Amino acid sequence: MQMLRKYYYGDYGEGKNGAADISTSGKSNHEWPLWEVFIRSKQGLDHKHAGSLHAADATMAIENARDVYTRRMEGVSIWVVESKHIHASNPEEAASLYDPANDKVYRHPTFYDLPDELKHM
Amino acid sequence: MKNELIDFTLYLADNALIIGHRNSEWCGHGPVLEQDIAITNISLDLIGQARNFYQYAAQLINEENTEAKATEDTLAYLRDGWDFKNSLLTEHPNGDWAQTITRQFFFSVYQYYLYQQLQNCSNEQIAAIAIKALKEVTYHVKWSSEWMIRLGDGTEESNSRLKKAIDNLWMFTGELFDLSAYESVIYSAWNIDNDKIKNEWESKVKGILEEATLEIPVNATWHQSGGKTGTHSEHLGFLLAEMQSLQRAYPGNEW
Amino acid sequence: MNPEEIFQDKIDQEIKIEPKDWMPEKYRQTLIRQISQHAHSEIVGMLPEGNWITRAPSLRRKAILIAKVQDEAGHGLYLYSAAETLGISRDEMIEQLHSGKAKYSSIFNYPTITWADMGAIGWLVDGAAIMNQVPLCRNSYGPYARAMVRVCKEESFHQRQGFELLLHLSRGSEIQKRMCQDAINRWWWPSVMMFGPNDDASPHTAQSMKWKIKRFTNDELRQKFVDICAEQVKLLGMTLPDPDLKWNEEKQHYDFGKINWEEFWNVVSGNGPCNKQRLDARKKAWEEGAWVREAAAAYAEKRKSRQNIQAA
Repeated sequence: MQMLRKYYYGDYGEGKNGAADISTSGKSNHEWPLWEVFIRSKQGLDHKHAGSLHAADATMAIENARDVYTRRMEGVSIWVVESKHIHASNPEEAASLYDPANDKVYRHPTFYDLPDELKHM
Repeated sequence: MKNELIDFTLYLADNALIIGHRNSEWCGHGPVLEQDIAITNISLDLIGQARNFYQYAAQLINEENTEAKATEDTLAYLRDGWDFKNSLLTEHPNGDWAQTITRQFFFSVYQYYLYQQLQNCSNEQIAAIAIKALKEVTYHVKWSSEWMIRLGDGTEESNSRLKKAIDNLWMFTGELFDLSAYESVIYSAWNIDNDKIKNEWESKVKGILEEATLEIPVNATWHQSGGKTGTHSEHLGFLLAEMQSLQRAYPGNEW
Repeated sequence: MNPEEIFQDKIDQEIKIEPKDWMPEKYRQTLIRQISQHAHSEIVGMLPEGNWITRAPSLRRKAILIAKVQDEAGHGLYLYSAAETLGISRDEMIEQLHSGKAKYSSIFNYPTITWADMGAIGWLVDGAAIMNQVPLCRNSYGPYARAMVRVCKEESFHQRQGFELLLHLSRGSEIQKRMCQDAINRWWWPSVMMFGPNDDASPHTAQSMKWKIKRFTNDELRQKFVDICAEQVKLLGMTLPDPDLKWNEEKQHYDFGKINWEEFWNVVSGNGPCNKQRLDARKKAWEEGAWVREAAAAYAEKRKSRQNIQAA
């Protein structure tokens, strides 16, 4: 039997650990693809991940997102992207990716000790 | 004119309530979770519209007769079948998803072009309700049009189901443009152009059906009517019996 | 530290586990079972209340009830999505529900007989659910915790509308008062049972607490629920159907009567009044919707290939 390999968000390849790669038989191939929904809650703010849903195509995904995730005035703009198109960093590499920023405190304005009399800075 | 205004307002309210009620029957039984939520939203929009119209109708009725004590609920729950003015199309049972979609599509397109004109009418209350409702109806037209196209141009089965639904419901669409006496009075007082609504409806429906690889039924020259003046199909009686059961069983109780 | 120790260390530090992080297979399985069971409960739970949508006695109540049942569909959807990040598809979960392999909350196997049941479900059933759900907003699995935050935000409207509905009845006519008390009588014990077996009969609790996918034991939550309801019922001027319900000054808790576990296990295993009816309704909706889902998928496929031809 032909096995389909599916990745959900967090896809970074063939990693064995973690939960997101699954194999399903071809049986449920009528299942509408999964989409990730990003919502701008008000003008001027970033779109933020709200959740996911199933839809047959992008138009339907936006409408479904509207019906599912903005019923209580939560949004003014919606992005959807098919989950399989999202690539994420590998959590196992987290240490090498993010820890090196820890000792670069000079990037933060608070690192610099200046006299209180100094205004407008 | 006052009586015609009351009747016309009730017509708008009844249409919205009855089709909204029908759509609510899908809640919990939809073909997929996302669409269960979608049709329920449409149902809520329509019931909301109905409430606005009923509240206005109640106000008009109470102005006419101070004893009447009409409310949105007495109008929805304590009138009999022959008092209901909704078009026959709206009371038609849900059937399968194709039939529900077709009913919604035919009706929403009608509502859209009607409200387009009502939003500019001289009656402020009706115009205000129409303006608010148009936003909802615009979405209903979009949603139902897309489903018409999806089903028509989907699989062989969905195409034949949709075709059947159109054939079944077509004869109930003519009534939408048959003016009742109260509509005639209101339309001429408010300069509402029924022919325009009809032409716009036909051209929108034809366009979407074409995209859905379908056609308007041929040989469909006869249509049913009666709903607008209270002569309904058998379906409405059952709907009202269910909807009104508590109010009828326990008169005078507040819920 | 080995992966399992690192994992447990994160949990102990209240660091969330995210979909691609390493996790023990048992943790993944337990979560899938717990989340999908919760999702199924939301979906099956739409049915007993959906029953009354067409009979709601006022337009206001009708709109409220529709919005509430619709929320439950939304909650099911959020939860299915959370479970999907663990590597199971929604279709697979639905199949497990339909085959009887997956369970759902057995409370929904009781019938909704009168309008007052809409109130009792909101107050008691949703009240018990919230008791369970609020702590789960802090559970260790990120997508699940986020879904629960969303669920809880929406759920409080459910409980409030339920109590308000009962309050109305309790101040209404004789028949309405009778309806109110009758519904409380029928929904009380099933609600108390909703928290699951006593702690000593709940073998997975210790592991789940350690993994922080359960944050209080069944009996702790149950006691809290009883304490709250025993006070709230006074506002309704109604009673809870338990002659042993009594404030215990020493424990600073209410004592309550024996739970009929035989009934509980029977309902769980399929002998409730509506088990078959509920599952049949779900299967029917799913089967009758198959052609709709296929059609939309086929159309999307067609359109995509047409666009590709155009682009080429």
